[in-house]
Amino acid sequence: MAMVQPIATRRSATGIPTGKLAMWWLLGSEITIFGGLLVSYIMMRIMYAPWAEAAAHTNTLAGSINTFVLLTSSLFAVLAHHAAEQKNGKLAAFYLWLTIGGALTFLVVKGIEWTNEIRHGFTITANTFWSFYYTAAGLHGLHVIAGATAMAIVSFDCLRGKNLQRVELVGIYWHFVDIVWIFLFPLLYIAK
Amino acid sequence: MTTHVAADHAHSEGDHGHHELSFIQKYVFSTDHKVIGLQYFMTGVLMGVLGALASYVFRMQMAFPGHAVPGFGLVTPQIYNQMVTNHGTIMIFWFAMPVLIAAFGNYLIPLMIGCDDMVFPRLNRLSYQIFLFSALLLIASFFVPNGGFGGAWTSYPPLASNPIYNQTPYGAPMWLAAVALEFVAFLLGGINFITTLMNARAPGMKMYDIPMVVWMIVIASILFMASVGPLVAGAAMLFLDQTLGTGFFDPARGGDPLLWEHLFWFFGHPEVYVVLLPAMGIVAEVLTVFARKKLFAYRTVLWTAVATGVLSFFVWAHHQFVAGIDPRMANIFTVTTLLISVPITEMSFVYIGTLYGASIQLSTPMLFAIAFIVEFLIGGVTGIFLGASGADIYFHDTYFVLAHFHYTFVPIAVIAVFAGVYYWFPKMFGRYMNDTWGRVHFWGTAIPFNGIFLPLFYTGMAGDHRRTFNHLNFPDLARGDLNFLRELSTVSLLVMLAFQVIFFVNFFYSMFRGKKAPANPWNANTFEWVAASPPPHGNFVTLPHCYRGPYEYSVPGHSSDFWPQNEPAPKT
Repeated sequence: MAMVQPIATRRSATGIPTGKLAMWWLLGSEITIFGGLLVSYIMMRIMYAPWAEAAAHTNTLAGSINTFVLLTSSLFAVLAHHAAEQKNGKLAAFYLWLTIGGALTFLVVKGIEWTNEIRHGFTITANTFWSFYYTAAGLHGLHVIAGATAMAIVSFDCLRGKNLQRVELVGIYWHFVDIVWIFLFPLLYIAK
Repeated sequence: MTTHVAADHAHSEGDHGHHELSFIQKYVFSTDHKVIGLQYFMTGVLMGVLGALASYVFRMQMAFPGHAVPGFGLVTPQIYNQMVTNHGTIMIFWFAMPVLIAAFGNYLIPLMIGCDDMVFPRLNRLSYQIFLFSALLLIASFFVPNGGFGGAWTSYPPLASNPIYNQTPYGAPMWLAAVALEFVAFLLGGINFITTLMNARAPGMKMYDIPMVVWMIVIASILFMASVGPLVAGAAMLFLDQTLGTGFFDPARGGDPLLWEHLFWFFGHPEVYVVLLPAMGIVAEVLTVFARKKLFAYRTVLWTAVATGVLSFFVWAHHQFVAGIDPRMANIFTVTTLLISVPITEMSFVYIGTLYGASIQLSTPMLFAIAFIVEFLIGGVTGIFLGASGADIYFHDTYFVLAHFHYTFVPIAVIAVFAGVYYWFPKMFGRYMNDTWGRVHFWGTAIPFNGIFLPLFYTGMAGDHRRTFNHLNFPDLARGDLNFLRELSTVSLLVMLAFQVIFFVNFFYSMFRGKKAPANPWNANTFEWVAASPPPHGNFVTLPHCYRGPYEYSVPGHSSDFWPQNEPAPKT
């Protein structure tokens, strides 16, 4: 059933579009989720020095490649937003798919990396460091999948020139996913 | 988008417009905020009845240990734990929150700020559907092998994290998943509430023109959002502990059970204020209308609510004074905990100040609103003893604690909710509830409520431990000569439950047969009374414009003793 948009959705007492406002509140709630997880990790990491030894087994090269991939994909997200502002839906969809390509590359690298670690016996139950490693990266990975799915949906609208303002919203979300990784990378890979 | 631009005034009364909706579209998969509000209300009340029945079972066991409970049977230790755990969980997450925040928030916010719906109606529907699923998942957890989770609503590990200890390999993860899904539902709903208040207010409605209940529900949503995140992460960790065998919270495997307590109470204490603030808001609306007086110090109430919210993030460790935290930390948390009683006291004083010199009408909603203040004060004052770490070491986990927090939660989730239901019922269904039976219900709720929990303060001080299944097994801890108090408490509960039948009969009878109510039966000022009773889809014939604050009652020089927010000032 096609829904009639209520008048409420079109009001903007703050001057900020409602969709963008909601996106920032969504990110606010996400920040507290990742914040709680990472603060727990940091506190325990400080308390238990032996974790450094476990952390030495993480694959810094794979982590670096993924950092590069995600940062590049964020550039494509910005280009998609730029194209959407020019009302060029087809170009915006093209850049969105390049961003999704980045997301898929990230997941493939992650898959190879995890397979190697599990084969060396570093599973999620190996010790608490590895539990945090898989939980934090796994939760982030779910966000990568969610972001890629959202971008795919928006891209189909873009091709028909509809809802171009949503390109900016998925872009904001994608930058958030990117920034979470920027915190995870040093905490899980670099700090030995 | 263009299709609707001209439709700003198209929602006329009784005109469902373009297409007649089927029953299922209208009541099951509706995106209308009023229907979703009522869905939340009915689901929440139904879950509340379940929680109340659980309390019947374990209270009978407390007073008459070892005897079969009429209508239930013999209570085993496992069943007792399951009942206590799910009573707490249901009453907080599936009764207090859906009714106070989701039901009243959904129903009232768009009406009171003068617009036709929430800004994201489909997100709103999704939020309810996730909530409903979480409720069904929780109920299903009672029926899996080994039964439902019995590790208390706080779910402390390692008891909660390891199936070998809690013996509920299916019940525990299902309980946890249900709670986590409920959080998701309220996060989605909260985003909707906050953005709706920020962006969809009626033209002319400035910050201090917003009705207090709307402010309170939105501040509560922000508090919830800011506090629940770490617990969502914690729930994911606990879930992995339970199912995959990780050791986040298990000291035997390098984890730390205190970490869970921090994550849980960092949410758990703000949660108290998440449910308190909407109750405070409901009471503010009812008090001003039936005192025919302006809310004393509107801005003070608003900013104290904000201050309470901020402070509530710095008090959580007072739940852990005996859990092995650093004593220096206990000192700090004692200070912050005692500090938070200041804004709450201030709010109570402001409400009493509103009553001072007013022409009070003791209608049913007003009785409940005044009872809220009185009873909540008892809960607040007894909290001082528990917030001070020195005294808490003796009171911890006794019935004194239990009586204290029921003196906060019952006024919030039961008494204030009844005030709101009796007050907004004419708006919701276009009919009055019976006032005489309302008063009977009021006294039949307020008096037994004190009968349940006043004795428990005393047995708690005498040492009754709240986790004891059968006090006959612990003669050194539980004094046998106090058994009449335990029985008094249980009998009071039976009386209170019996009087709720009057409420339900009154509610459903009045829904169809009650006296017809006009659009503004209480002569109130806020926007929801401008709309027809019950409001049609789209709420208003013409969306209102806001000209003044919500509490302009008995304004000197004005022709009537109320002055609706949508009424333009007379030309002079």
